[in-house]
Amino acid sequence: MRLFHTILIIPIMSSALWAGLVQVGSDYGYATVAEGLEASLSGDTVFVHPGTYVESGLTVPHALTLIGKDNPIIDGNHSGEILTVTADDVIIEGFTFKGSGLSHLDENAAVRFEEANNGRISHNRFEDNFFAIYVSKSENCLIDNNTIRGLAQTESRSGNGIHLWYCKNINISGNSISGHRDGIYLEFVEQCEVTQNHSTKNLRYGLHFMFSNHNEYNNNRFDNNGAGVAVMYSRHVDMHNNVFADNWGSAAYGLLLKDIYDSKITDNQFNRNTVGLYSEACNRIQVEGNNFENNGWAVKIMANSMDNVFTHNNFIANTFDIATNSRQNFNSFNQNYWNRYRGYDLDKDGIGDIPFHPVKLFSLLTEKNEPALMLMRSIFVEIMDLAESYIPILTPATLIDAEPLMRINS
Amino acid sequence: MTTLLKIIKYQLHDLLRGKWFIIYTAVFFLLTDGLFRFGGDSGQVALSLMNVVLFIIPLVSIVFGTMFFYNSREFMELLLSQPISRVALFLGLYLGLTLPLSAVYLIGVGIPFMYHAGIMTGGYWILLLVGVSLTWVFTALAFLIAVLSEQRVKGVGMTIVLWLFFAILYDGIILFILFALEEYPLEKLTLILSLFNPIDLGRILMLLQFDIAALMGYTGALFSKFYGNMFGSAVAVFALWTWCAIPAWLGYRAFSKKDF
Repeated sequence: MRLFHTILIIPIMSSALWAGLVQVGSDYGYATVAEGLEASLSGDTVFVHPGTYVESGLTVPHALTLIGKDNPIIDGNHSGEILTVTADDVIIEGFTFKGSGLSHLDENAAVRFEEANNGRISHNRFEDNFFAIYVSKSENCLIDNNTIRGLAQTESRSGNGIHLWYCKNINISGNSISGHRDGIYLEFVEQCEVTQNHSTKNLRYGLHFMFSNHNEYNNNRFDNNGAGVAVMYSRHVDMHNNVFADNWGSAAYGLLLKDIYDSKITDNQFNRNTVGLYSEACNRIQVEGNNFENNGWAVKIMANSMDNVFTHNNFIANTFDIATNSRQNFNSFNQNYWNRYRGYDLDKDGIGDIPFHPVKLFSLLTEKNEPALMLMRSIFVEIMDLAESYIPILTPATLIDAEPLMRINS
Repeated sequence: MTTLLKIIKYQLHDLLRGKWFIIYTAVFFLLTDGLFRFGGDSGQVALSLMNVVLFIIPLVSIVFGTMFFYNSREFMELLLSQPISRVALFLGLYLGLTLPLSAVYLIGVGIPFMYHAGIMTGGYWILLLVGVSLTWVFTALAFLIAVLSEQRVKGVGMTIVLWLFFAILYDGIILFILFALEEYPLEKLTLILSLFNPIDLGRILMLLQFDIAALMGYTGALFSKFYGNMFGSAVAVFALWTWCAIPAWLGYRAFSKKDF
């Protein structure tokens, strides 16, 4: 075993010894980052000392390790792109990137990876950029532990925090993103893992997914975004253990699903959203073990969604548990906990003996006539709902949980 | 002023001897305490109490108010034979009833809240404010009816009809109007309609505490925008107190001219 280690370590160490070190800083060989990059050879390490470097249009054409000491600031001065990487095996670590240029024609990013594989962007700060990190047509990259702060005012004059386009096998983890248009944006991306990020206060979506199959995102927190998280036109997406919270507004959703197939939504928290989970034209999704608490609508499921399975979820203190727009039901709800359930359990097996109707007549009425929302919780409405729950006439009669749980499913 | 205080003092004395008040306090106390023991967090308790407050307080205030007024008939006649102003007498009777009713409600709901959850919890103050306001509004309405109607049975019957109207029928009518005029923009209409029912006002004030998430989902946002800020809440509270002042004033006017 030790022999094996030695064999492994020797080539790594020797390559490190072989690589040159280029130092950038006012007291060192090169005063600007551009000069340092110019002087570097493939495989070198460029070490940038603390300071502010007002530079933009930097390019990295060969494999490099770029390291900033104490977060030196590279200020793009709001003109064009700051750093463009077009080579494989580039590592960027420990910088502060500031002010990539706003443009209505180009998607100017602070750091762009263009057909650059095996790259890494870690422990950087991004402030007041148009786009912060833009990765396109690249594979096997790691974007981790970056702090990204935008100053977005309007959607048309702001870019995304982390933007991926035609990528494969990218790992995005431990980043904190706020103040951009979309926190994380993925389009035509496969086999990515998005994990332990915190995306908050972005103008539009905390996470936006388009045409991206076979991806996974887990342990993230998305809160206070303009419209929550949107996952669209994708298959085999695995969403696990995320928190979707405080997305408020007339078009805000904790999680918006559109045209999603064969995916899994498990063990997530949906708290205080206007709509917790919205599903349109989604098929074969497994929704299991999630917590829906204090949402306006916990789940809105449109009639064009089919064969979705909701099981072992907790529905607690939501204004409406389930809303739908049809009398038909093509989805299954089974063994969920509903705090509104008033049934009994005579055989003490933990499962209620009478089924639960999660769709209320009033939610159907407000769907048709929004101003009726002002009558929420009025005694008249409660009486109407009660009557409807015994003899369903207008609400979908088959949308029931036949085996509601008596206790919160932990 | 001193006569007013004396009348209130006498009323308090009289009321506290009856069983009514003990039962009324006990109901609120046990209910709140029980909800905490079985229900859990203060938000949910406040939410459950909201329905009770909107349902029971108007009913008790209005029915008990009229009965109280009828029962005080001889007392009033006795006092009016003395040199006492009618304002003092009417106010004395009114405050002598509303003050203990509010106090009882505050004690019954407030104390369990305090020892279970502390007082700074969500919706607590609104719940108390709405409960007290509704007590004052419906007692005023009760006095108005009792002054206008000589006959006991008719008076109590009218109070129940009035309560039914505000508690249940009014919302049915609103719903009917909303669906009948579906084609038109109804945001402003809902705002105006909500001002004409004290129970709805109370309900909306509490909704803003508990169901803001759903209200925000309303694309016609005017409603949530209006009531969602301080100004809207202030308007709602002001409207509630207008609901108390106008019937009380009308009641006093009728009372001052009444021939005993």
